[in-house]
Amino acid sequence: MIEVKDLHKSFGDAHILKGISTSFEKGKTNLIIGQSGSGKTVFLKCLLGLFDYEKGSIAYEGRIISEMKPDEKGNLRAEIGMVFQGSALFDSMTIAENVMFPLRMFTKQSKSEMEDRVDFVLKRVNLPDAHDKMPSEASGGMQKRVAIARAIVNNPKYLFCDEPNSGLDPKTAIVIDNLIQEITDEYQMTTVINSHDMNSVMEIGEKIVFLKDGLKEWEGSKDTIFKTDNKAVTDFVYSSNLFKKVRRMYIEENQ
Amino acid sequence: MKYLHNIGVYFLMIKDMFRKPTKWSVMRTLILKDIDDLIINSLGIVAFISFFVGGVVAIQTSLNISNPLIPKYLVGFATRQSIILEFAPTFISIIMAGKVGSFITSSIGTMRVTEQIDALEVMGINALNYLVFPKFIALSLYPFIISIAMFLGVLGGLAACVYGGYGTFEDYIQGIQTDFIPFHIVYAFIKTLVFAFLLATIPSFYGYYMKGGALEVGKASTTSFVWTSVVIILANYFLTSLLLG
Repeated sequence: MIEVKDLHKSFGDAHILKGISTSFEKGKTNLIIGQSGSGKTVFLKCLLGLFDYEKGSIAYEGRIISEMKPDEKGNLRAEIGMVFQGSALFDSMTIAENVMFPLRMFTKQSKSEMEDRVDFVLKRVNLPDAHDKMPSEASGGMQKRVAIARAIVNNPKYLFCDEPNSGLDPKTAIVIDNLIQEITDEYQMTTVINSHDMNSVMEIGEKIVFLKDGLKEWEGSKDTIFKTDNKAVTDFVYSSNLFKKVRRMYIEENQ
Repeated sequence: MKYLHNIGVYFLMIKDMFRKPTKWSVMRTLILKDIDDLIINSLGIVAFISFFVGGVVAIQTSLNISNPLIPKYLVGFATRQSIILEFAPTFISIIMAGKVGSFITSSIGTMRVTEQIDALEVMGINALNYLVFPKFIALSLYPFIISIAMFLGVLGGLAACVYGGYGTFEDYIQGIQTDFIPFHIVYAFIKTLVFAFLLATIPSFYGYYMKGGALEVGKASTTSFVWTSVVIILANYFLTSLLLG
């Protein structure tokens, strides 16, 4: 579990995060949503320890980031897997080498052990024959799956995903969403996803945190988001006619 | 003020480059790859330029000696001095700032743009040690390139002199043996090592701290070439004053 209390972050005079408190639970897919400029990326980077914050606290199972020694931070980083918006695969390495990278850096496994583990996770993300391809030879969906494989290869406790569906067609986006949810459930990870994709919100949002202007405006789940009266949330989530109809139908069905 | 800030960040980058070293088994592979990219892949262009510039220096010297009292072996002497003291260490370093420097800036800059550096940092890897340190070690073999440039420059002068009819083989050989001061070689290699350090770190600085997208990668490569050249020229002046002045 990750607990955030009264988090503040500024860049110069710009106060980006203005006191966010929330928690992200183990074994659940936790989504951070909000408009562009609402502070989602800054919040995610604070959670990852890439940005220092001025006030508040972030605790991983009670371990507060700002109080950690460099060694402890290093150990925590080894427990984190991250899927970047653009996949961030190392373009000078093959897909297998990309997936093997965290094992080479952080474990003392033999080459055959690492190869076995890479085979296993590539099969898990449905890419059993992609080992020798270069990232540039893979499609956007394949690159995302490789990024997920690299993120989970070292059995992380925490998985962070920044816009995992951006640039993907709807069908591939659903495949990626389902994969993330299955993996979260299977490995009982704490998964935090930064997303703009309303399909993801409806499909895998076991916990949803809605940010607006650097503050937590609302939190709930994919079930409660249909019922909320919070205008900022409904304006954002149901901005398209299709989602307005879906919401209306859901409310009618449940009355 | 911006320049002072950049100088400060540059020195902090150098300090951080030595912090939290990457696992040796991984680092070894990175160093070997960088030796291939930065040293081995530069040999062709350095050999080509050195040979022909050596030839041109010999021809120019010969054509400018009209006084019959000036001995013919001066062609070999002038070629050797020009090549060893300035052309090989300094001129080749400016060329390398273009070839190797822009390669370093664009490769690190592209990694920044495509979040590959963020991925390293999230994994808890010291990205500066992972990316810049192997280049620094690879370029410590830079004197090897400069030795080849010196040899081929003098050889190019000999070929141009003898086969172009500007002097005899014996005169040229006598010229390159005349008044030879071994310290000039030491001076050239001291300069070379300083330039190697600048070639590894200044382009890395511009790549690592760049902001923006693909267009900015191109701009950063150009800026990196300009500043690497400027700093090499300034360092050349101060080292020459210090060591030979």
